[in-house]
Amino acid sequence: MNDSAALYAVAGVILFGMGIYALVAYPHLLRKILGMNVMGIGVFAVFVALAYRGPDQPPDPVPHALVITGIVVAVCATGLGLTLATRLKALTGVAQLTPDQED
Amino acid sequence: MPQDLAFWLPVVIAVPLMAAVLAFLLPRAAFPISLGAALITSGLVCWAALAAVNAGPATHTVGGWSAPLGIDLVLDGLSGLLLVLTAIIGLAITVYAHGYFQPGDDLVKQHQYNFFWPLWMFLWASLNALFLSADVFNLYVTLELLGFSAVALTALAGKPTVLKAAMRYLMVSLSGSLFYLMGVVFLYAQFGTLDIRLLSAASAETPTLLASAALITTGLIMKSALFPLHFWLPPAHANAAAPVSALLSALVVKGSLYIVLRLWLEVFYPLADTVAPQVLSVLGVGAVLWGSLQAMQQPRLKLLIAYSTVAQLGYMFLLMPILLKNRDDSTALAATMSFVFAHAVAKAAAFLSAGSILHALKDDRLTALSGLMKKMPVTTAAFAMAGISLIALPPSAGFLAKYQMLQSALTNGYWGLVFVVIGGGLLAAVYIMRVLGPAFKKVEPYGAESTSKAVHVPLVMSIPTLALALLAIVISFMGVYLLELLAVGTPWVLKGGL
Amino acid sequence: MPDFYDDDARLTRPRIVALALSAALVALLSLIILTAPGDLERLNLVARERLTESGVANPVTAVLLNFRGYDTLLEVAVLLLAVIGIWSMARYARVWIKVPDTPVLAAFVRLVLPLMVLVSGYLLWLGADAPGGAFQGGAVLGGMGILWIAAAVWLPDFQFQRFARVMLVLGLIAFVGASTLLLALEGSFMEYPAGEAKNWILVIESAAMISIGMTLMMLFVGGIPRLNEGTV
Repeated sequence: MNDSAALYAVAGVILFGMGIYALVAYPHLLRKILGMNVMGIGVFAVFVALAYRGPDQPPDPVPHALVITGIVVAVCATGLGLTLATRLKALTGVAQLTPDQED
Repeated sequence: MPQDLAFWLPVVIAVPLMAAVLAFLLPRAAFPISLGAALITSGLVCWAALAAVNAGPATHTVGGWSAPLGIDLVLDGLSGLLLVLTAIIGLAITVYAHGYFQPGDDLVKQHQYNFFWPLWMFLWASLNALFLSADVFNLYVTLELLGFSAVALTALAGKPTVLKAAMRYLMVSLSGSLFYLMGVVFLYAQFGTLDIRLLSAASAETPTLLASAALITTGLIMKSALFPLHFWLPPAHANAAAPVSALLSALVVKGSLYIVLRLWLEVFYPLADTVAPQVLSVLGVGAVLWGSLQAMQQPRLKLLIAYSTVAQLGYMFLLMPILLKNRDDSTALAATMSFVFAHAVAKAAAFLSAGSILHALKDDRLTALSGLMKKMPVTTAAFAMAGISLIALPPSAGFLAKYQMLQSALTNGYWGLVFVVIGGGLLAAVYIMRVLGPAFKKVEPYGAESTSKAVHVPLVMSIPTLALALLAIVISFMGVYLLELLAVGTPWVLKGGL
Repeated sequence: MPDFYDDDARLTRPRIVALALSAALVALLSLIILTAPGDLERLNLVARERLTESGVANPVTAVLLNFRGYDTLLEVAVLLLAVIGIWSMARYARVWIKVPDTPVLAAFVRLVLPLMVLVSGYLLWLGADAPGGAFQGGAVLGGMGILWIAAAVWLPDFQFQRFARVMLVLGLIAFVGASTLLLALEGSFMEYPAGEAKNWILVIESAAMISIGMTLMMLFVGGIPRLNEGTV
């Protein structure tokens, strides 16, 4: 892989890993949702790094278009997640996945 | 109008998609719109499957560009079989849900009824789009459509327990999709294309292929709830509304399972000799044992059925090593797909009967089910038939599928799997009898108040349940046709032609 | 129920395990992605070669609306699905602003709104030749909607949701409708007639932009636009 693209690709992989850690390690739902966003940004960064074609050429348009699609999907996912989290907070008083009580 | 099969492939996606839009726009007409779309889609899918058996696989080039630049839709045996399965179960659930969500004058129920239809039509459209897509990025978009509609349908029941289950489901589904997408990026990095057939032709054992296979498979088995990543499934499937539980267990988990099968058959086959297929098979064994043992301990009917899904999903991964070793011999694939078909029909029938029981008794604890046969004979009979198929007693569809699995395992020398398949059937018998035992008790125990209050189950609910349950038994007699369909052009790279 | 301390970031043992596993994954994936070929053209050349047939001069728009327009159709479906999903979970809006903070903000928003409509239209038009398009235009429209609510110039009311429903579905109806029409005319889903691609793309993009803007605004409102059970 091209040197300058490699930097972005590795940065993307690191973001992906950071997102996974946040998703797994923190109980608060907002942190988990943010963690998933960071994961997504990591994937997109690797994808965009692949589009790089050197300083003299325009980038590969296909990953750019796919990343736009991915971003829109991520926005929708965040909206759904936040709504679920606020509903849970309203009903149970905590924005965490507490163990179920018998009902 | 052209009679060409390929022409009609996008229509199978467009019809439920338009129905979703209209059902959202005109909530009062949502049911007729959805029923109409369900009838058209099912009819079209069955016709297309028959046409594919006669004419072979079909490819539709969306936008007229064709791969690698464009996206192709491909109908072959594997996708055709799953489309037909979705059509059968989809039609039954459409009718059943009309009875189940019947709002009366309750505002909350009205809200659920109104939103069920557009979400369900979105789910159907996304399943059809998923099964037909031949592009790995397009599959990502269909996976997200499928995940979002499934999560929203789960949350429809509205209680805190179900919202928590939906939240867990959303997080598993989303992170699974992101693992999948990262795998797609790796494929694009190495092979420079997103089309499955072109990937198939270029595929070679490289570190990127291995990483991609690991990422994609991990993401998808999270979504398919393969042991030990199944933790989110039982609460979601057990607490959702019954028609939704049936959809989730019968169809939604099969979407990601289909992609696993498709990609391993077409793209990741150079890795067939690595340890990966064995790992999947071992996880399958774990699922069968763990799911069955958990199902034996559940206090509630719907939880029991949900854990049964965890167990049954295991069978679908058992034959992975055999399936990949010789891809042109399709007996292992046929056995796996027979099982997918049998499980989907039986599990849908089981969840729909559980829904009718819950609807009538307002209670699905196993202790409340004594003497059920007398109070709800049709529903109990339906559950019994579904149970027979889950245990795999002859002549049910489950029996035929497990017979094929045993045959495949024996001819390929996988003796261990024989014990798993037979042992899993015995365990299933134990947990199904936990329900049927009390249900068939002749004398109603003294003071069993809940069963004496049983109310009438409307025909719109009992007929689809019974139809699916009957199908779970008699479909084995139609097995030949299904296998004939499955034989059409799968895997693409060997039989479909590039 | 006791609320757990949300910002507790201490490295407990499970967290150390999670951290180690994530770090190992990052190390492995980084090493492997670096082995990917650097000089591969991938889909770059084929997309640029056929750019002239796409009806637009911006290659990203060509991929989004023409070569892989089907992805974008499903993506517009995802947007609508997200709002339907949110409305099905939350029966009323989570918007908390009831009174404008300051009259200056409201006046400013009233002033800037028409300008934002203009900018979004310009971005849409620009998309054919330069970076821009339905998503960028839609994002500006969505931002406009959010400003509108945040300044309490307009607050969600039930009457608005009929109008909102129509705006939300416009993009998907245009996309699926046009694609099906083209299927009947040209024999292929979403196959634009030779030489007329630009006009079809412009119509679809305009409808999609309005829906995207309305979707983003509704994501902010977070529920069916009414403040609570009693209000309409």
